[in-house]
Amino acid sequence: MEKTIAGKTITVNEEGYLTNFSQWDQQVGEALAAEAGLALTPRHWEVIKYLQDEQKAQVALSIRRVGKSGVVDIKEFYALFPVAPLKTATKIAGIPKPASCI
Amino acid sequence: MKQLVILGAGTAGTMMANHLHHELKHPDWQITIVDEKEEHHYQPGYLFLPFDIYTPEDIVKRIDEFIPKDVKLMRTKINRIVPSENKVELAGGDVLNYDLLIVATGAKIAPEEVSGMDGEEWHKSVFDFYTFEGALALRNKLREWEGGKLVVHITEMPIKCPVAPLEFAFLADSFFKNKHMRDKVEITYVTPLSGAFTKPKATEALEHLLHEKHINIESDFAIESVDNEKKEIVDYGGRSIPFDILVTVPTNKGDELMERSGMGDDLNYVPTNKATLQSKEYENVFVLGDASNIPASKAGSVAHFEAEILTENILRYIKGEPLKEEFDGHANCFIETGGGKALLIDFNYTHEPVEGTFPFPGVGPLRLLKESRMNHMGKLAFRWIYWNVLLKGTHIPFVSATMSESGKHYETKETV
Repeated sequence: MEKTIAGKTITVNEEGYLTNFSQWDQQVGEALAAEAGLALTPRHWEVIKYLQDEQKAQVALSIRRVGKSGVVDIKEFYALFPVAPLKTATKIAGIPKPASCI
Repeated sequence: MKQLVILGAGTAGTMMANHLHHELKHPDWQITIVDEKEEHHYQPGYLFLPFDIYTPEDIVKRIDEFIPKDVKLMRTKINRIVPSENKVELAGGDVLNYDLLIVATGAKIAPEEVSGMDGEEWHKSVFDFYTFEGALALRNKLREWEGGKLVVHITEMPIKCPVAPLEFAFLADSFFKNKHMRDKVEITYVTPLSGAFTKPKATEALEHLLHEKHINIESDFAIESVDNEKKEIVDYGGRSIPFDILVTVPTNKGDELMERSGMGDDLNYVPTNKATLQSKEYENVFVLGDASNIPASKAGSVAHFEAEILTENILRYIKGEPLKEEFDGHANCFIETGGGKALLIDFNYTHEPVEGTFPFPGVGPLRLLKESRMNHMGKLAFRWIYWNVLLKGTHIPFVSATMSESGKHYETKETV
């Protein structure tokens, strides 16, 4: 489905995840964060950048892997993106929801 | 004589020995299977042990009963695999050279991954039911328990048999009802997922059942520690859930052998091609069952379907033919729902479990994603099938290795 955010039209799936990363930019990220009630700090951006790089490298994302990345530990990851950090952070980053669960 | 070595004589390894000994015979081939254990456990039976539905005798047999005579069984610890030299170093210094290696070393629980989980209360008020010892300790506890807060918990995915903790919660509800003490027990199901299961349609059906049985659900819970003193589990977000009995599924990991051999990922699973079951790094190494990192359920039914396809691929590999990219992640699981009923789900990499009939389209007799007594009978019959048909590598009639879409009610042909 289509959605207008930060003055841009983006395509998202039924859970609100972008289906086309080329439609993502920093403003879209900020607007998606605002929808989740978050104001992004430089630390948030470091984590988002890391998640996008991992996604590009086709690495399967999981909380465990993020915790061992050296970029952020799990405690801080939760502090930055409360409740369900990986789901929230990937949505803001414009990448698919991780299928870390089978 | 060429050497085929199988590491692990559990469900997957035993099935491969039985499949391959018909195909690869003396004097051309010697098949060797290595496992340090003496006993073969019917792991799905661990679920029933705590509730006194099965006895230990139902679950345990000797490994050698299921290994064909012309396959050499070695009861030794494995020190490490040296895949670049096509050899396996055994404890005690012996070396096994191989032409072909099958890794079937499984997965096991690692409670030490969570702070405090294997602390003072381990097997006193904190239990697992993924080991024989854990399930037995829990049985003894439940026999005497007078009630309180029962918390059923999953640490992180992936785990063996992802439906088992739900089944545990359902069976606990039944168990306490039968003991006329359900009103004294509060059951809470705690999961790191956003809902009861990993696939949407099944989640809907299972959450409905949890609700019906008055089982609370706490989702998105990523455990940080078990507080042995306060008896509560705490998540990274600061949420805490108190328990009188915690039944947890700890982190599951592949065997440490993979770490020692430098062949595993961060959870000691071996990177494997999900369609051919060949190792991604070494072309004469194949991986099946829980030991691989493929995105299929870690379950005996998956290993069974894999074994049929892997047998063919090994024969193709030996002949120098291209491998069949056929494995589709097919899994087929009975889910005990208590009160003598069960659900059945049938799914693969791309198709989530839906309602329908199985194995005969439109006929059944088993019904998918619906509670029925027939499904429960199927689950109980499965123990016999496991010992007498499955391990021997015999094809189960009417159930194909790849999933069939007929008889299933998909809304669209879209993937999950």
